[in-house]
Amino acid sequence: MSRIYDVAVIGAGVVGMSILRELTRYRLKVCCLERMEDVAEGASKANSGIVHAGYDPIEGTKKARFNVEGNNIFADVCNELDVEYKMIGSLVVAFDDHEINVLEELLQRGKRNGVKGLEIKGQEWVFANEPNLSRNIKAALFAPYSGITNPYKLTIALFENAIQNGADVIFDFEVCKIEKDGNYFVVHSADGRFVKSRLLINCAGVHADEISKMAGSKLFKIYPRRGQYYILDKPEKMPVARVIFQVPTEKGKGILVTPTVDGNVLVGPNSEYIDSKDDTATTQEGLDEVFEKARRVMPSLSKRDVITIFSGIRATPDTHDFIIEEDENIKNFINVAGIESPGLTSSVAIGRYIAELVSDKLNAKINLNFNPYREDIKRFSELSDGEREKMIKLYPSFGNIVCRCELVSEYEIVEAIRRGARTIDSVKRRTRAGMGRCQGGFCLPRVMDILSRELKIDKTHITKFGKNSYILTEKRWED
Amino acid sequence: MEKYKVVVIGSGPAGLAAALESFKNLDDKKVLIIERDKFLGGILNQCIHPGFGLHYFKEELTGPEYAHRFIEQVIESQIEYLTETHVIDITPEKEIVAVNKKGLKRIKADSIVLAMGCRERTRGAIITPGTRPAGIFTAGQAQRFINIEGYRIGKKAIIVGSGDIGLIMARRLTLEGIEVKAVVEIMPYSTGLRRNIVQCLDDFGIPLLLSHKLVKIHGRYRVEGVTIAKVDFKLKEIPSTERFIECDTVLFSVGLIPENELSKKAGIVLDMRTGGPVVDNTFSTSQKGIFACGNVLHVHDLVDNVTLEAQTAGRYAAMYSQYPELFENNIYINIVAKEGIKYVVPQKLNKTFVQPFVLRFRVDNFYKDAVVTISNAGKVLIKIKKSILTPGEMESIEISQKILSQLDFSNDIVVSLQNI
Repeated sequence: MSRIYDVAVIGAGVVGMSILRELTRYRLKVCCLERMEDVAEGASKANSGIVHAGYDPIEGTKKARFNVEGNNIFADVCNELDVEYKMIGSLVVAFDDHEINVLEELLQRGKRNGVKGLEIKGQEWVFANEPNLSRNIKAALFAPYSGITNPYKLTIALFENAIQNGADVIFDFEVCKIEKDGNYFVVHSADGRFVKSRLLINCAGVHADEISKMAGSKLFKIYPRRGQYYILDKPEKMPVARVIFQVPTEKGKGILVTPTVDGNVLVGPNSEYIDSKDDTATTQEGLDEVFEKARRVMPSLSKRDVITIFSGIRATPDTHDFIIEEDENIKNFINVAGIESPGLTSSVAIGRYIAELVSDKLNAKINLNFNPYREDIKRFSELSDGEREKMIKLYPSFGNIVCRCELVSEYEIVEAIRRGARTIDSVKRRTRAGMGRCQGGFCLPRVMDILSRELKIDKTHITKFGKNSYILTEKRWED
Repeated sequence: MEKYKVVVIGSGPAGLAAALESFKNLDDKKVLIIERDKFLGGILNQCIHPGFGLHYFKEELTGPEYAHRFIEQVIESQIEYLTETHVIDITPEKEIVAVNKKGLKRIKADSIVLAMGCRERTRGAIITPGTRPAGIFTAGQAQRFINIEGYRIGKKAIIVGSGDIGLIMARRLTLEGIEVKAVVEIMPYSTGLRRNIVQCLDDFGIPLLLSHKLVKIHGRYRVEGVTIAKVDFKLKEIPSTERFIECDTVLFSVGLIPENELSKKAGIVLDMRTGGPVVDNTFSTSQKGIFACGNVLHVHDLVDNVTLEAQTAGRYAAMYSQYPELFENNIYINIVAKEGIKYVVPQKLNKTFVQPFVLRFRVDNFYKDAVVTISNAGKVLIKIKKSILTPGEMESIEISQKILSQLDFSNDIVVSLQNI
């Protein structure tokens, strides 16, 4: 692999991958450098998965612009990439007059941002449409163009499509030094590898300020802000039809209750500034806070239905807005930093904006071979019995169910590995094997068998998510 | 569509015993077992410790040995079975859709026995805070990796939960050269058998920390340790009793949940307390011709009891497939769990089959010197004194012909507990 590129992107989150994919529309040699073993290992795997309408950000900000633009093109991008996106609408619920005033402010702000369809609905409408919500709710702001998606599946789809179109993604590449060599940036990884690139884009998420500093660029600060979540088992009947927000505070959009595109219920997040940028621990206090506040909105919420808990870290910038700009002193170094909420919604629009900016700067020609379409893995759980039968005829492994909670077949796991999954978590995010109610209790050893066979490695070398996350420590006997 | 008299789903101890008993009682011996794993025997295959069969065989066997005795009979009788075959749907009309590498199969059964067993509760289900590194296992996963695949899962471990499985795994890890730092139990008592506490912990010097809770898991890539704390009688953490224990492995053995996703698809009514179907004394569920037994019905502590229960279910399943009319228009008496009793199985007595049966139940707390009574129409029919009762131990009481003859069929049967 040649190590000289036109553009290198640091960070394989949803923003980095969106930029990478958009760059492949041009005849450019592009790569992404990622410190972990897979894409979406940071904030992109642990957020609410909401496609926001755009009434939250203050007008005139980059957040407002990219949110609304992102929302407008989200469906098209998901359609091209075969990623689930459901425009289910959202409600911001208000419990008193003060909160109703906030709804009014949000409505006006949304209108100024160009958000369509916003309406304040009364109690009666709310209970008729969301019968499981608290009777103490007085009114709600309805945003019909809000939606839900799966954030890591979008990131994976962008990654696969970028690869299809000729991009490179270099994993396990932890950037430790950035030098200038003539017209090139030389980006070094901790293990001695390096990459040269004419243009460098910093999408390092919560670590973006460190990367910026390494490049000698403007000093800004990213504060890690953690949010904790519950995932509930797939209910027989979804308790809410829309994304249910509470009135936002200065700490963010607050705790929500929403269906996920996969059919679970998601509850969270709270918001707390933390010291370490990689501290994705959940805490008793945080979890208690989330549950208490969520029950205020939906009193029937039960801990019995919880199948897992997790936390995600938002990259909150000290500038109070997305940082999306070329450094005025360092030519060809572009910071795309501080992309906290609504970052997922904005990611696809940011990708387009940056790709246009870069192609102008580098005078890049259009890549006529660019193929915007990517097909998802065929999923046993989503097919009819007739289609299943046809698939099993073609691929017998489609009839071998590995994950019984989520009905994931061996075929899907092999296909995920073929597309780049190397770890238990990367198989999980691509196939849902291990994401069900038994959380891999049954399928973990079976997924390991398949990884070991397909990658031709011993099971002691299989990790949960790279680095030292080994599952097994020693082989005791041969079969 | 293929047709069978009885189809048994699952080939653990319940499935094997139900299939054998159905087979014995059928004239037209069309019985099929469907198993999703490679081998018959279910989870017994990975339970290589002894202690199985003491009641049923009057000798001490390992899990695979216990299963083998039934598997041999299944093979000798030439009962049909499918392995690596996954049932994806059961309809109330008793049509089964199963899938394997050869394709999708549709099977029509005259009666079905559900014997899918249970799954383990996880770290997430009990909402354990902390990071999510590698090195966190359920007891069942650890058992499979160690006993079947021959791997070591770590060097220093903490076990959460002191039921029999947790205790047995403490010994198993120790024998594999993994240091077990402690077994942490949130309740003030272990739900495991006394002999397991002695043989699995005391003999190896492993501490059992009662009234302790795992409050946090540490470690970014692999577990680096846990924080534990004492809890009060409300199971609430007592401040400033936290203690860090260094380890690279956490093993959760915190309970089992009957696996009834298929039962729900078939429209079967479930009992919130057992997590399994509501059944009568024929082990018939709310869907006529669908029976349930073993851990899919309620979680057992002894496999011997599973076998006995499954034999009854298998016998009635065979009867249903030959004489379904016997199961039409049945009338039931409810069997109700009252004070001190967490649940009873069966939950109903079928008036058409007033035959001696075993009532199984669990108590809802730890009791010393108590009396369990079974009464009907205000009359106490059975009264049994017990010096110790714990939620971890399943109790059984035989309902004999003599007792049945005294029943007032217009009233519930009530099971309750009184302190002496």
